[in-house]
Amino acid sequence: MADFKTPEMKEYTVIPALEKDVMKGSGPFKAKPVHQEALGFPGELMDNWEDVAIDKMGDLLSRYRSFQVYLDSCVKCGACTDKCHYFLGTSDPKNMPVARQDLLRSVYRRYFTFAGKWFPKLVGARDLNKEVLDEWYNYFHQCSQCRRCSVFCPYGIDTAEISMAAREIMDAVGIGQKYCNEILGKVFKIGNNLGLPEKALRATLEDLEEEIFDDTGIPVKIPLDVKGADILLITPSADFFAEPHIDGLIGYAKVFHEAGISWTISSHASEAGNFGMFIGSYETMQNVAMRIREAAEDLQVKRIVHGECGHAWRVAYSFWNTLAGPFDFLDQNYPIPQHICEFTWDMIQKDELKFDKSGNDHRVVTFHDSCNVARATRMGDKPGGQFEIPRNILKAVCNNYVDMEEETIKEATFCCGGGGGILTDDLLEVRVKGALPRMQALNNVVKEHGVTNMAAICAICKSQFTKVLPYYKMPMDMIVSVHQLVSDALILTGSETDSESDEGSEDKPSETDD
Amino acid sequence: MTILSGVYIFLFYAAMAILVFGLAYRIRLYARTPAPLKIVTTPAPTTQAGVVMRMTREVVLFESLFKSSKWTWIFGWLFHVSLLLAFFRHLRYAISPDFFIWPLINLEIVQSFGKYAGFGMAIGLGGLIARRLLVDRVRYISSPSDHLMLLLILSIALTGLSMSFVSPVDIVSLKMFVLGLFYFDWQPLPNSLLLISHLTLVLILAIIFPISKLLHAPGVFFSPTRNQVDNAREKRHLAPWAAKLDATRNGSGTR
Repeated sequence: MADFKTPEMKEYTVIPALEKDVMKGSGPFKAKPVHQEALGFPGELMDNWEDVAIDKMGDLLSRYRSFQVYLDSCVKCGACTDKCHYFLGTSDPKNMPVARQDLLRSVYRRYFTFAGKWFPKLVGARDLNKEVLDEWYNYFHQCSQCRRCSVFCPYGIDTAEISMAAREIMDAVGIGQKYCNEILGKVFKIGNNLGLPEKALRATLEDLEEEIFDDTGIPVKIPLDVKGADILLITPSADFFAEPHIDGLIGYAKVFHEAGISWTISSHASEAGNFGMFIGSYETMQNVAMRIREAAEDLQVKRIVHGECGHAWRVAYSFWNTLAGPFDFLDQNYPIPQHICEFTWDMIQKDELKFDKSGNDHRVVTFHDSCNVARATRMGDKPGGQFEIPRNILKAVCNNYVDMEEETIKEATFCCGGGGGILTDDLLEVRVKGALPRMQALNNVVKEHGVTNMAAICAICKSQFTKVLPYYKMPMDMIVSVHQLVSDALILTGSETDSESDEGSEDKPSETDD
Repeated sequence: MTILSGVYIFLFYAAMAILVFGLAYRIRLYARTPAPLKIVTTPAPTTQAGVVMRMTREVVLFESLFKSSKWTWIFGWLFHVSLLLAFFRHLRYAISPDFFIWPLINLEIVQSFGKYAGFGMAIGLGGLIARRLLVDRVRYISSPSDHLMLLLILSIALTGLSMSFVSPVDIVSLKMFVLGLFYFDWQPLPNSLLLISHLTLVLILAIIFPISKLLHAPGVFFSPTRNQVDNAREKRHLAPWAAKLDATRNGSGTR
């Protein structure tokens, strides 16, 4: 990766003047034949790849209404042109959502429409050739599938659908991305994105239990493969080892402990993440999702609770029922699946959790809405619950909370810059530049309100911010898990802080039977 | 009956056939292509009635466009509303007075709004053309066809306005010509260069409708991010081709 300059932060979002081809390049590392073949894709580019690609495009057109309708419906109104964080951070016009779609739409028009077959120049249609394929590979890996553009499109055109289709076509001709496809291989072989085997996982969780005990004096458990537990926790594997993710996992464990509910992690499905979505492959996504159903059946659990992960929550919330349902063997009185934030908020409302908010008094906290949670899922019963519930939790555990500017949060939230299969070091330039709009908004609340921490509920966001914050001269540990803040304020029954606070508030119920 | 009238009678039928069958083919395609996954853009309605409301706001008010770009919204909305008003006014050329909606069409308010709507179209289109030429991002994404489409519709509006305000045509013969098309009792086309230009441009528009970006009109109703209900957890959503995969699904990663 060549050297690059971190973009300069301004006080508000500035729409850059176009700088053609500044992000032109060869894209991320390509998957080796062995990684391709493990997923059932061709190992390398075949001789008649043009025909295969066009056939695949036709296949997708017949299977996905979104793909067909979105390729036809764009009127080039330009509403989306200033909405993508990668465009705002790089100035490359091909990172404008419509221009990114047009990389593929131009080929669609040439092979599938009357106007493109007969008047290609008139309607901007072009033949598929190696140059076009290389351009696809580069620019469809500068899209994090965050769907911000789809909020602002008058027809709801979702560039994520186009970029998923493009990646699926590329996989079909033998050109896959190393990062995503290698990781998917590990999930199928071992059970999680990291390739962390059962033994190592068990040891890690035991270490964590010890750490919590040393910290609090309370034996909070993090159970693995416990048959007959009430709840199966599905969480991103980054929660087992990465900072600040791991503090979130400790938070979930404490919440379950206080709720008095039996729960377990599964070694068979020790991964919430589902990169099958990033590469647009329904079949791959389904096979990953099936591992979770299998784990739930094997462990005979009653409920599934989902940890802090953005794209995974999209797959879980929106797709699991389709891919791996129906979950008629689970307890129908609870949402299937239930987000850990829904669970915790529910417990807070039932007064099952006691907090000492001063545990977070050294912090001023803001919340980063993760794109997939914000624009592709819900929490709770009401639309927008995905915005309210995490904020309600934060306000219940922190005294100092402020929001970033309205046009950078909730449904208009800016992606961290690392989602959609971009979270790899060979795309570092794309990641740093794409983080600009979020960094700008964060920097503003740091200056105005003295914000010290940004909380998130997505493993990718947390890893990405840890990496890019220093590029913007902010400390990497600013980014925290929502459940880390829960953990820091939660009073565990029987702990020293518990007895102290009990003196002052004896009216609170201490039983936690559910 | 002149040869010219004959040519236009033929062109009219041809254009209408292309418009109707072309659109029907496309709508059928959209309706039959499955949407295998719930991809609604949230926050979204959790009921079907809510989705109808959302779609209505989208189609009537251009809600999403309003969120994204106020200038494009002002010009785009002005153009589309004016187009609708102009369309209502034009119905008087195609409907006989004994038809039940005639009193509605013949209302003074419908006719005068329709008459001045031409200016609304021209102003809206002018703004959209200016934006396409002046904003570097929009210029970058524009193909020749995108500019020509605006020019085509602007020409329709300007020729129409000219007939209303500059050089009126024989409306009575025009109506006889149009009704003749419906009753297969063909009448000559009034001899007016403006009218012939106006009709020619409209026929071109009708012909390219089903093969161009004008497909956004039916497309918006089929957009899964807008027309789906946010109820993925409550109700299993399954496309026919995806249902077939259920029989063979497993978590081993090999198929």
